[in-house]
Amino acid sequence: MASVVGTFTVDPRARRAAKRRTRNEGATAWAFVSPSVLIILGLSVVPVLWSLLLSFQSNDLVSPSEWVGLANYKALAADPAFGAAVEHTLIYTALYVPLSVVGGLAIALMLDRRIRFIGLYRTLVFVPFVVSAAAQGVLFSFVLDPEFGAANSLLHKLGLPAQGFFSDPGQALYLLVGISLWSGTGFCVIVYLAGLQGVPAELVEAARIDGAGRIGVLRHVVLPTLAPVTIFLVLFQTIIALQVFDLVFVTTKGGPLGSTTVIVYFIWEKAFKTFTAGYSAAAAYALAVALLVIGLTLQFYRRRAAR
Amino acid sequence: MKRLPFSPWHLVLAPLGLLFALPLVWLLVSSVMSNAEINRFPPALIPSGLKLDGYRFVLGNALFPRWFLNSFIVSAVAVTANLVLGSLGGYAFARMRFAGSKVLLGLMLATMVIPFQLTMIPTFLVMKQLGLIDTLGALIIPSLVTPFSVFLFRQFFVSLPRELEEAAWLDGCGRLRILVSVVLPLAKPALSTVAVLTFLSTWNDLTWPLIAINHDTNYTLQLGLTTFQGQHHTQWAAVMAGNVITVLPVLLGFLLAQKAFIRSLASSGLKG
Repeated sequence: MASVVGTFTVDPRARRAAKRRTRNEGATAWAFVSPSVLIILGLSVVPVLWSLLLSFQSNDLVSPSEWVGLANYKALAADPAFGAAVEHTLIYTALYVPLSVVGGLAIALMLDRRIRFIGLYRTLVFVPFVVSAAAQGVLFSFVLDPEFGAANSLLHKLGLPAQGFFSDPGQALYLLVGISLWSGTGFCVIVYLAGLQGVPAELVEAARIDGAGRIGVLRHVVLPTLAPVTIFLVLFQTIIALQVFDLVFVTTKGGPLGSTTVIVYFIWEKAFKTFTAGYSAAAAYALAVALLVIGLTLQFYRRRAAR
Repeated sequence: MKRLPFSPWHLVLAPLGLLFALPLVWLLVSSVMSNAEINRFPPALIPSGLKLDGYRFVLGNALFPRWFLNSFIVSAVAVTANLVLGSLGGYAFARMRFAGSKVLLGLMLATMVIPFQLTMIPTFLVMKQLGLIDTLGALIIPSLVTPFSVFLFRQFFVSLPRELEEAAWLDGCGRLRILVSVVLPLAKPALSTVAVLTFLSTWNDLTWPLIAINHDTNYTLQLGLTTFQGQHHTQWAAVMAGNVITVLPVLLGFLLAQKAFIRSLASSGLKG
């Protein structure tokens, strides 16, 4: 073969041969993609349809299932436990999403400057994000343990009354929000910090020359530039919040008195604890449809903001 | 480098950093306390000295070493498989023409919006049919390759200039050879992103192991730690020692490869 890398002296025969190979490489391509296709589609498309089927059936994961039509969905709509799970999830989401996104933006703006230890500050804010929900849950179960925990010990030292924390139905859900903010805000900070690099310096400069103060630059230059990032974060954090499970499972198991039973905890319980898989699948479908609607809506706004 | 002047921002940022660090500091501190110190009321906030009772208990009597090994196996296989299968699939979608490629890529992308709750019951039933429930296989198979890995590699490969590959192609190199010796050496950012995100999600996962595993010898660290806390909730020093062992690999990985972690996660946000 006469071809040399970096020059244009290519044997025409080699070129023709290469072209022929390009046309006949369907088999190679399929060999490359088939493991991924098999695993991804096999473990997503098939289960999604299977779940839909399950949601119209009564199924205990062991014996043959029975067709019940829309009964699961009807029962779900009338189930006060599911209603409560939806309510808890919405409270959790309505607190977690705005606080983490706005808090993330505020911290990112503070960290977007060249001062000493800035790298350390960024690391500290972000590091809880890589800690698993299980580890977070175990750690805070200890810190917030009414008898042996550091939190009550500290309150005692300050002369304040001891708290029930996770054993108090009025506090548990809000504590979960707090823990999630501790670990999840760092993600918003990192994404905003990356987004802030994309704010054009000329634009900021121009606004300054036009007499805009810090607040003015923030409102009229920085925030509009960050709009697509903000919409992404709202979408991402909402999806994460609506699917919260691990932290609940480790800390409260939905209690006390069902005060922290969230939707996914309800779904898990129905499938793998009470073995009513059809009912569970119906609840999962309700959640999935809600997620899809939210996703499509925010995607629409994101497209518009990006223009 | 010029010394930067003292900024008043430190007065805000230092307490803020401390607030985020404090729970993890407390995790480390309490793991080296004695149970007597912890079980006092009110418990001590500063340990009197370094006590390794918790670690001794966890590494001696409990199944922690086994769980660590299980988590390591699952994560290592998942990371390797995502790098291999993801880059193969991503390369084919980026560079090769084959029937159905557009439809297939669209389908793969669409699966990214499917929430896990929708697939977990059927996946459980599939694993049960395959006889894999309560084995590491049930944890490994669903995490072998994610649509995210395939798509990330595809996006990266599309952004590379074609000329380098064309030279090798005209030389008669096969696609696999080109991928391995021309493309992948240029794809370090994509490789590290996929490795980091796969490791984080498999190492930290609790939901799926909780569903797919029954016997404590097959637990992963996350599942083991959770159950261990339920059984030994008065031995907090041991529980915290176990917690340190669970968190340490991720924390060390993060501190050693902080740039790769942050870039991976930030890019997942900006492009995603």
